Amino acid sequence: MSAVTATTINAAGMEFRELNDRIAQNAEKDLVLRDVLGQRFLAAGRKSGGLEIHGVPGNALGAYLNGAEITVRGNAQDATGDTMNAGRVIIHGSSGDATGYAMRGGEIYIKGRVGHRAGIHMKAYKTNIPHLVVGGGAGSFLGEYQAGGVILLLGLGCENEFPVGYYCGTGMHGGKIYIRTAHPPKGLPPHVRFRPADGEDSAVIRPLVKRWCALFGVPEDDIYTQPFQVLEPDTEGADVQHYTANR
Amino acid sequence: MIHDYIYPEFEVARDYDKCVVCRACERQCANEAHVYKEKYDKMTCINENCVNCHRCVTICPTHALKIVRSGDTYKRNANWQNWIINELVRQAGSGAALLSSMGTPEPYPVYWDKLLINASQVTNPSIDPLREPMEVRMRLGATPGTKPQRGADGRLKTQLPPSLNLSVPIMFSAMSYGSISYNAHSSLAQAAQQLGIYYNTGEGGLHRDFEQYGGNTIVQVASGRFGVHQGYLDMGAAIEIKMGQGAKPGIGGHLPGKKIVEDISRTRMIPEGTDAISPAPHHDIYSIEDLRQLVYSLKEATRYTKPVIVKIAAVHNIAAIASGIARSGADIIAIDGFRGGTGAAPTRIRNSVGIPIELALAAVDSRLREEGIRHRVGLVAGGSIRNSADVVKAIALGADAVYIATGALLALGCHLCRSCHSGKCNWGIATQRPDLVKRLNPEIGAQRLVNLVTAWEREIKEMMGGMGINAIEALRGNRAMLRGVGLNETELNILGVKHAGA
Repeated sequence: MSAVTATTINAAGMEFRELNDRIAQNAEKDLVLRDVLGQRFLAAGRKSGGLEIHGVPGNALGAYLNGAEITVRGNAQDATGDTMNAGRVIIHGSSGDATGYAMRGGEIYIKGRVGHRAGIHMKAYKTNIPHLVVGGGAGSFLGEYQAGGVILLLGLGCENEFPVGYYCGTGMHGGKIYIRTAHPPKGLPPHVRFRPADGEDSAVIRPLVKRWCALFGVPEDDIYTQPFQVLEPDTEGADVQHYTANR
Repeated sequence: MIHDYIYPEFEVARDYDKCVVCRACERQCANEAHVYKEKYDKMTCINENCVNCHRCVTICPTHALKIVRSGDTYKRNANWQNWIINELVRQAGSGAALLSSMGTPEPYPVYWDKLLINASQVTNPSIDPLREPMEVRMRLGATPGTKPQRGADGRLKTQLPPSLNLSVPIMFSAMSYGSISYNAHSSLAQAAQQLGIYYNTGEGGLHRDFEQYGGNTIVQVASGRFGVHQGYLDMGAAIEIKMGQGAKPGIGGHLPGKKIVEDISRTRMIPEGTDAISPAPHHDIYSIEDLRQLVYSLKEATRYTKPVIVKIAAVHNIAAIASGIARSGADIIAIDGFRGGTGAAPTRIRNSVGIPIELALAAVDSRLREEGIRHRVGLVAGGSIRNSADVVKAIALGADAVYIATGALLALGCHLCRSCHSGKCNWGIATQRPDLVKRLNPEIGAQRLVNLVTAWEREIKEMMGGMGINAIEALRGNRAMLRGVGLNETELNILGVKHAGA
């Protein structure tokens, strides 16, 4: 988006509904929001038009996002990009819990960390593949119940340990989690496999790293100082019979 | 070596005098209970495979078949009953949890059957619905709770929040595409449109072919968010957040991998052949405040144009939970009683968790009235509404409308064999096998649903007329129209009705 043609909205003291009304009235336009302070649901379901946010947006930023591009010049709170379908969210800071919950398309790039349960329930179908790229580490339950899509965790600043909390990939049955780390995870569910990234994986990882580095001004060489690992569902481990048919 | 042979629950009784060996039963049975013996040119049966779905009984051109209960096989014991022993044996053999389908068959009290409806005699005369107008339309949603304001032109000035408008207070409850077939969904969607009511997508998303019925569709959002995107939200007449289901409170949806065929995989965006898990909790909801966040994110995404329903299972503290939901910004609360159906649920949960809808509904309606917030929400009751008398009783207990699902499936041919989880439904309902799905003709299915609801509507009007009530809104929460029989004082107090004779 162009900062020259963009319309600026001063969000100071504005309730979320009023602010979202203003955003919706400018459906096609590029917008700059200033003095945002915790207003929720910003740009929910937005199809087009860029949105640059100064300040701290509230929960559910870009929920159901449907094609628009959001840039946050700071941190975001919980449920960023909840159930987003298309578009892009770029966060020049960290993002809270449940970031990218049930993403089904589009991209989220985060400079810093994410909280717990990031990328939970991400899903994909054929060419509709969501991407969640995180610069720092992640809390517990990263990629829980993941059914599809790509999570790339660079783990910058977490080089001394595995960059995710507990229960990474619990319930995962599709998609891939790529993690830049030299350490094994702390306990892995039996149906999730952990292995070093191979050439095929690099073809996915490299363009994402390039894009992330370009967005946040980090030299690519700084990233390739550590190996990349892959977490993916292990279909053999998933064959446990939990239920038996009853009347 | 211990042999875990469980004697079949049913036996196929064939009248060989009538059987013409046309082999229709063999072709029709996906469970492969019928086998042709070439050597003898005779049909025989594998009773172990029979689920008692009655497909063969119905289809047999000479009516040579019937299914009979095989009778007790263990020594009679009022405590260790046959089925209790069999379930235990299954678990000792498999080490697995038991999985069942449809509503619990256990003999818990059915309060509908202990409530009787009033009729006018002498005073407040009854109304003849054949000659006089009877109003059964219902507006479902929040109301402002203030006296309506009119402008100088006499028109209503008060802005009403978005609502669902029902031609009759009956809706088809959530059943996902995946748990039931394309043709079953098609039947429900067409019928809802013809009837001026709504059907519910369930948590499996919406097939694009059914987008044309959007005006009569409630789109569901569950923890797995299958098929949820902006277009889906825009499509529906209302959005339902599924927090719980009566058949399995406290646990989530579980669609077995064998039902995830290509089409389902596309709609849900999950890999083919892997189990679809909707965990019980929404992982972003831990409080009423969090629920409010999801309610408002959906309202924001749809610019406050449609009502948001929150569906919960009837559980112990239901009144307090409903009070919280009414304050969360939801427009409608749907309560699902523990006798409600399911495509698959752990047996122990289906049979042991939750409470009856009658008590839950009465408790919720009373609590919301006491707190002065009943007008903020519409109330929908579901979980085994079996006939029009149940509908009338539910509305008199405080519901604005009811949800039916098992009843709708019965209209489509279901015989309640409770084997949905096998994915081999011979009636083309709870299956994704193309050869089985095509057995259900969606046009005929829709017509049968229209017949059912139309018949119920007629009966509702007759009962209303008998009570001297000509608008269903005057029946809502009108518990004076009900009396209990054989209920104790606690039950009567919760239901808010007097005993018959009082």
